[in-house]
Amino acid sequence: MSRSASTDVLITGLGVTAPTGLGPKEYWNTTLAGGQGIAPLQEFDPEPYTARLAGQITGFDAAAHLPGRLLPQTDRVTRLALVAAEQALEDAQADIGELGTYECGVVTSNATGGFEFSHREMRKLWSQGPQHVSVYQCFAWFYAVNTGQISIRHKMRGPGGVVVAEQAGGLDAIGLARRTINRGRGRLMLTGGVESSFDPWGWVSHLASGAVSTATDPAGAYLPFDRRAEGYVPGEGGAVLVMEEADAARARSGRAPYGRITGHASTFDPAPGVPRPPGLQRAIELALADAGLQPDAVDLVVADAAGVPELDAQEAAALRAVFGPFGVPVCAPKTMVGRLMAGGGPLDVVCALLALRDGVIPPAVNIGELAEDHRVDLVRDEPRFGPLSTALVLARGAGGFNSAVVVERPLS
Amino acid sequence: MSRHIVITGLSVLAPGSTDTEGFWKMITAGRSAIRRTTAFDPTAFRSQAAGEIDLDPLACGFGHREIRRLDRAGLLAVTCARRAAAEAGIAAGTELDPTRLGVSVGNAVGSATSIENEYVVLSDEGREWLVDQSYQSPHLFDYFVPGSLARETAWAVGAEGPVSVVSAGCTSGIDALGHACQLIQEGRAEVMVAGATDAPVTPIAVACFDAIKATTRRNDDPEHATRPFDRTRDGFAIAEGAAMLVLEDSEHARRRGAEIYGTITGYAAQSNAYHMTGLARDGNEMTRAIGLALDEARADPTSVDYVNAHGSGTKQNDLHETEAFKKALGDHAYDIPVSSIKSMIGHSLGAIGAIEVATCALAIRDSVVPPTANLHEPDPECDLDYVPLEARERALDRVLTVGSGFGGFQSAMVLEKWRGGRG
Repeated sequence: MSRSASTDVLITGLGVTAPTGLGPKEYWNTTLAGGQGIAPLQEFDPEPYTARLAGQITGFDAAAHLPGRLLPQTDRVTRLALVAAEQALEDAQADIGELGTYECGVVTSNATGGFEFSHREMRKLWSQGPQHVSVYQCFAWFYAVNTGQISIRHKMRGPGGVVVAEQAGGLDAIGLARRTINRGRGRLMLTGGVESSFDPWGWVSHLASGAVSTATDPAGAYLPFDRRAEGYVPGEGGAVLVMEEADAARARSGRAPYGRITGHASTFDPAPGVPRPPGLQRAIELALADAGLQPDAVDLVVADAAGVPELDAQEAAALRAVFGPFGVPVCAPKTMVGRLMAGGGPLDVVCALLALRDGVIPPAVNIGELAEDHRVDLVRDEPRFGPLSTALVLARGAGGFNSAVVVERPLS
Repeated sequence: MSRHIVITGLSVLAPGSTDTEGFWKMITAGRSAIRRTTAFDPTAFRSQAAGEIDLDPLACGFGHREIRRLDRAGLLAVTCARRAAAEAGIAAGTELDPTRLGVSVGNAVGSATSIENEYVVLSDEGREWLVDQSYQSPHLFDYFVPGSLARETAWAVGAEGPVSVVSAGCTSGIDALGHACQLIQEGRAEVMVAGATDAPVTPIAVACFDAIKATTRRNDDPEHATRPFDRTRDGFAIAEGAAMLVLEDSEHARRRGAEIYGTITGYAAQSNAYHMTGLARDGNEMTRAIGLALDEARADPTSVDYVNAHGSGTKQNDLHETEAFKKALGDHAYDIPVSSIKSMIGHSLGAIGAIEVATCALAIRDSVVPPTANLHEPDPECDLDYVPLEARERALDRVLTVGSGFGGFQSAMVLEKWRGGRG
């Protein structure tokens, strides 16, 4: 097996299903305005549970977006993923038939599967018996479902893949899609991640991370880098991106690209008790090396923004080590939507691409007083304007996953 | 720069045995380990046969805390990872730089057993939709997210390079290994512990395959229940299992003088964009995956000495892949052995692909083709040489393994005898 030379890889289409908007336009407008996507749970009464706030996509009517035959066989997460994928393809003005079905593939990440669907089927199994379980359960619940359903709907017969690394997996999926194009196995890849698991059983499972904020005020629950940080708020949704090999993208008369993915790396933290440094700094350095860039080329970091004091301190230390204290503008759009598991990284990549396009960094919201020791230049309260050419997007997953992606403006 | 990927350690845990050599002895003897399900009372289920491992976690070296923390899929993965790392001489404490060691774990259904066990308690056996948080295990979050399986594997071998789960349904095992090969080729890791695990012998998983009649109903004769390529086949037996391989850059292996099982020279994954569970009779996407994997290996189809089939034991699969082998390999498909080890150890979903890659490595090592058990009455439409009942001696230079999974995933991998000398 051999490696082909690195290819210029473009992002030419965006699909977003986020608590702050369906579609990149609505998401971006809300994000620049510092909108609030975090609210008390609406699907059921969260009163019995220790945490009650989530980043939810409200008013999503799947039937308005998808053919009726897909509804009985899909969980909410897959419906959201299908909508994001369709948006992205439309945005890119990509015609799979024209590009060639075998030239187009799908790589997604998802960390919790079709949880609500599975909850209902387990309920039937345990309260009524196995013969009541749906014929769709065998694929509606597993982590590969979004890749499978997207590839079928759009007749994409190229490489299919699914990579999972808790909250970091969405960036790793983008890395794998880029690798697939670099290896000459596809011209167009749909990639990203979407997550949704806010039925009661999913909700309790989220809370079991032990790091979910128990605050009841949506404006005071998820405060990364803040002195008062005490946990995160789970969110649902994510993003799907159209990624294309540059020559192929130029050859068709599609829209102008949003930007390029020029670097990716992932690392893992040492096991508990092993006296070695955590891996985030290494992920940053490796991703920059992959892009052939020095730290001073980076105009913006979209932070993982854990919202847990020791994890915030770790991220701040990694940023200081690479960029110096207050050395780079740091953006935390997750403060508006919560942490979206596998959807979080790809949504932050969308944020980075739009920030580069428009020359504006959206603000983190709800932040009061930054913890002094962090010494990070967090963009907050108001958007910050200025030319931007390169962004670094970071994501970490519980257990020790670190992932970094470098995003650059398109070559002029 | 081209790098060669070599296998320097491997470990299998599959039904009917407790270690790699036990597994290999059993399948080369053509013995089936499928039995009546014991993990729970299967009486109410359509399919009551399964491939189960008689796992003794204490004997495998786990402490009581690990046993509490890890789902069965985690216990299987970590056991195999430790053994494979020890065999390859890269276990924690050796000179290997942890940042140059990665982990890639294939898995289809996460910690399904533990998730379901937790659900049963928190929901009071399905009575309460608003499940009771106060009954939760402190490890519920680990069961919730499959990344914990990669985390545990990484901790077990001390990996700090790229670590992830690859979860492409029933091709996960091949895909996790393919992913690992690519990371080494790109120089993102020097060594990868890669493979797959799944432990789906739990009511919800059994019920979901019951619902689509994909699993065998031959409950009165579990040992002979799974019959790939046989006219009387009626589905697969669900199973648990794991396999982990140590993959490394051949230069790295040479420098440290490691023993080598073989080399992985080609890999490809394709979607069929056809149906979430159905397979088109034409086998086109599996054909394409095989072709791309052989191209990457720079191998002519006529140079393949053995095909390790997906061979799940469903009619649609048997016809689908038989067609793909004919299209991808031409007339040569009729001249070489093709066999399914699922006839003996069942279908362990995401894990089986890695077990099958390990099988190919062992087959190359020993010049033995494992048989397809329970194949007495070949389906007339399946007219290749499926190695019925008895293993065969055959020198193997190049072998092909394929997988097919729900979601339309089709994967293929090429392994070869290593001619580069020790390390």
